[in-house]
Amino acid sequence: MAKGDPGGPTRGRRAAPRSRKATTGDPELVQLLTPEGERIESVTGPDGTEYRVDFTDEEYRGLYRDLVLVRKLDAEATALQRQGELGIWASLLGQEAAQVGSGRALRTQDMAFPTYREHGVLYCRGIDPIMPLGLFRGVDQGGWDPNEFKFNMYTIVIGAQTLHATGYAMGVAMDGKTGTDDGEAVIAYFGDGATSQGDVNEAFVWAGVFNSPLVFFCQNNQYAISEPLERQTRIPLYRRAAGFGFPGIRVDGNDVLATYAVTRHALDNARHGQGPSLIEAYTYRMGAHTTSDDPTRYRIASEVEAWQAKDPIARMKAFLDREKVADAGFFTEVDEQARREAVDLRERVLAMPNPEPGTMFDHVYPNGSPLLDEQRAQFSRYFESFEGSAH
Amino acid sequence: MATETLTLGKALNVGLRKALENDPKVVIMGEDVGKLGGVFRITDGLQKDFGDQRVIDTPLAESGIIGTAVGLAIRGYRPVCEIQFDGFVYPAYDQIVSQVAKMHYRSRGKLNIPMVIRIPFGGGIGAVEHHSESPEAYFAHTAGLKVVSCANPQDAYVMIQQAIASDDPIVFLEPKRRYWEKGPVDLDAPLSGAYPLHSARVARAGTDATLLAYGPMVRTCLDAATAAAEDGRDLEVIDLRTLSPLDLGVVYESVRRTGRAVVVHEAPSNVGLGAEVAARITEECFYSLESPVLRVAGFDTPYPAARVEEEYLPDLDRVLDAVDRTFGW
Repeated sequence: MAKGDPGGPTRGRRAAPRSRKATTGDPELVQLLTPEGERIESVTGPDGTEYRVDFTDEEYRGLYRDLVLVRKLDAEATALQRQGELGIWASLLGQEAAQVGSGRALRTQDMAFPTYREHGVLYCRGIDPIMPLGLFRGVDQGGWDPNEFKFNMYTIVIGAQTLHATGYAMGVAMDGKTGTDDGEAVIAYFGDGATSQGDVNEAFVWAGVFNSPLVFFCQNNQYAISEPLERQTRIPLYRRAAGFGFPGIRVDGNDVLATYAVTRHALDNARHGQGPSLIEAYTYRMGAHTTSDDPTRYRIASEVEAWQAKDPIARMKAFLDREKVADAGFFTEVDEQARREAVDLRERVLAMPNPEPGTMFDHVYPNGSPLLDEQRAQFSRYFESFEGSAH
Repeated sequence: MATETLTLGKALNVGLRKALENDPKVVIMGEDVGKLGGVFRITDGLQKDFGDQRVIDTPLAESGIIGTAVGLAIRGYRPVCEIQFDGFVYPAYDQIVSQVAKMHYRSRGKLNIPMVIRIPFGGGIGAVEHHSESPEAYFAHTAGLKVVSCANPQDAYVMIQQAIASDDPIVFLEPKRRYWEKGPVDLDAPLSGAYPLHSARVARAGTDATLLAYGPMVRTCLDAATAAAEDGRDLEVIDLRTLSPLDLGVVYESVRRTGRAVVVHEAPSNVGLGAEVAARITEECFYSLESPVLRVAGFDTPYPAARVEEEYLPDLDRVLDAVDRTFGW
């Protein structure tokens, strides 16, 4: 959020008290759950779309469970890095609602293209959270089949995956898989920094002119490593979409309900053949960019504290508690499950074997290469010449 | 057997048409490849016959062409991307080198990117800057990519189909100044029995020295060999055809017989394909060599203005001068 931006959301302002049955909200920021945990029944977006959710109590509890589990597993991964068990970790702390809300909005047939921070989306896709940890431990570079999980491999080059998502979405349309309720949609994740990349802007052009069934999901966590948003843009990011000819909307990314509603609507538009859209999920990276980063060098504690008050999990808990959707026993049980899953994750990370050195020659080409065969054989002879010696 | 005389460009066109016919997952994409048929007309008539979902005019952005082709490949398509000119491939360099080349490896073999990236390359057509470059070394240096170049119409017709049928990502370099050269093409030759894509081939047998070339320089070397024959020198010419991986068995066999080798390419000599070929020949044929392996190449300047490109490009005389030097060692 650029300082002094007239179109800004509620950052820095105290949200006016709203009744639980209020039917209008800030059109610049779709919100269905205030930081205090108050429900806003529905919000009408700038194009007249009414955003609302209609969850059962069990579904509300399920979302809360997701948020807590995702944060706990993330914290465990950070701890594993601090103990030398991971080479690096890109924490999602603070972005749980943006990821759980959008991740749960995906239907089974939808395809997701993550950056390297979408551990929460991965979790909501029903994927074992161990899957990306090989990458961060340094035992592989991803190693999963994107089509098996409907979840592409993590992409570290900023913004490159948005073009992959666009091409995939073009393929969905070419396959005739849009236009119905069970049509397929694609979601491309990226951050505020990525919006400056050429690839992201080319993806916007492509998706627009080919009317691709694609949702561009930008988690604006306010920082690209150390650079604040105003170094990337002069206007709110969601407004970029207008120049490319498709809708853009901003949602409170710390509000799992609003994020779900907005993403589900955009995905359903895409699957029905109505083309791409851009969602800016307005959130905050509470932790460092990665475990190698030191955010105290470039942002002040009071800013972090202000965002602490908008925590995505605390507001959900306040809502569940106030509305008596969940009781103390439930919260304890969720915490216990999170603890168990974290311990399980830790044990399995520690058990991850190092790859055999010779495997570096595997899978360079589907059809192989005589040059590599030769190098592998040479390496093998060299390596084996040390057998039994203390090298 | 339907053997026709076709230009190299037309042979590519017919090869692409066959690939579109044989596999519904093949899509052609690039700038101006549709109605116009490409600036060199290599895709002429294909959109008309296969529709704009199979032959796709893209927005004017090279990274977008390759990046969206990656997504189409993940979806199960076999994209054939046209980069309009050699000097315009660089905006797509990240997608080619960091994405296309590495997807199979990163997925531990679970994902293939069966993509062909066609690039008209090389000079000799009197073009303005950025239209005459030879970027092959950048791609040949990148693990995960394969790089080939055709030199005659028959190879153009067969190799483009082989490249499209391959599950490897392939940079397919087309010798643009040879697009209009004609030769016989056997249109019925089945792919299954064709000469393998990643293999070099003797283009002319000889006994006194070995000339090594690919793409546009194969014709130059064959002409040099014809001229040398009038002087009583019998030169062997090998068309390398595949630049990554190199196929050097036939080269070693030749150099062990002739004792002399000259590598010829348009690209600058410094850290080029010729350096790699020379090093490998030296390692494998050291005791057979009568002289060092020499290189005839473009100079280490930016590609010069068109009115001096004839001096920049290796030609018959520069090739024969190098052959003479191998005999004077």
